[in-house]
Amino acid sequence: MTDQGQLLTSKEMAQFVSAGFLRFDGLVPDELNREAMPALEAGFERPKAGTPLPLAYAEDSVVRKILSLPRIRGAIRSLVGPEPLVDHHAIHVRQPRGGEAQHLHADAIIDTRTTFDVQLMYYPQDVPLEMGGTLVVPGSHLRRINETDIGRYQNLCGQVPLVCPAGTVLILHHGIWHCGRRNDTDQVRYMFKIRLNPTVRQVRLWDTADLDDAGVRANLRQGFPWYESATARLEITNRARMWRSLTADETYDTDYWLTRLENEPTRVLAPTG
Amino acid sequence: MSQSRQQVLVLYLNNSALDSSVRGWAVYDGTDQSRHTTGDSSEPPYKSGLDALRDGWRLFQAAQLIPPAPGHEYDTSFMKHEFYFERLETIDD
Repeated sequence: MTDQGQLLTSKEMAQFVSAGFLRFDGLVPDELNREAMPALEAGFERPKAGTPLPLAYAEDSVVRKILSLPRIRGAIRSLVGPEPLVDHHAIHVRQPRGGEAQHLHADAIIDTRTTFDVQLMYYPQDVPLEMGGTLVVPGSHLRRINETDIGRYQNLCGQVPLVCPAGTVLILHHGIWHCGRRNDTDQVRYMFKIRLNPTVRQVRLWDTADLDDAGVRANLRQGFPWYESATARLEITNRARMWRSLTADETYDTDYWLTRLENEPTRVLAPTG
Repeated sequence: MSQSRQQVLVLYLNNSALDSSVRGWAVYDGTDQSRHTTGDSSEPPYKSGLDALRDGWRLFQAAQLIPPAPGHEYDTSFMKHEFYFERLETIDD
């Protein structure tokens, strides 16, 4: 491991491309979680949008310490490269037994770039089911929708209502469908979110040693229970396009879907007879 | 005095056939006997749209089949196969 941290493997990258998120349960140690709670309760200054991450938070700040953990540092480096920009951060607070679940949404506005931003969500405390952790819809990130236009979808098969130990971090593609659920406990729930923009082309930024591992392709072809069967095939082709972009390998395919479409023969046979 | 109120069930199905399997769902209850919200259940209320009909729900809207716009054939977006059902319930004022 270098100062890049612990880079993601190709299998983990393929999982991110398929599901639109990675989760690291209990990754942040307890002493940092204990330090984070009062900091989140008190709040802290939001860096100006577009500030390079290395300049955004003081050396001794809890955010800096968390983002410097080798696994987090390496995941950020693998997904958005060195010195990403801080788009914004937010401290999400769900009051006890109050409020409603958010409507399902994707953050910001419709975003059709091949380039992607990531969002980190950090949970400093244990989140049981009734505390209303973030609901994430796996494999939703490549769907072209605008913010809460999907608010009418209350439940989708295979949705993931986050239940996790303190110190858990999610890293999400900017397009993922998600919402905060209602908090039915007597405790305030905190979550820290930060969005990062890449400043380099997102090509082979991770540890590619296992690029040809069968698990990569297996991850890229996985289905999710809420997909309609026909649309699931389109999802797999769209992921294959994303994988081509990330690996700079225009020949990559999953199960021949793109190769078939790209077969436009130009060879003309000489007339016979 | 009794009045009727609408309960609405929305099912998102695997394909355009009403007897295909449920992929997503939502419930809106005009009687106020129940309140539903995002992420409030993990199991669909019915296995298919047909099962909802068998249980007394009346279909009142089905998503149209709209061909993809040229150039957007591979885009994915909203759930395609959306079916709206209703039930009228009598409540006492």
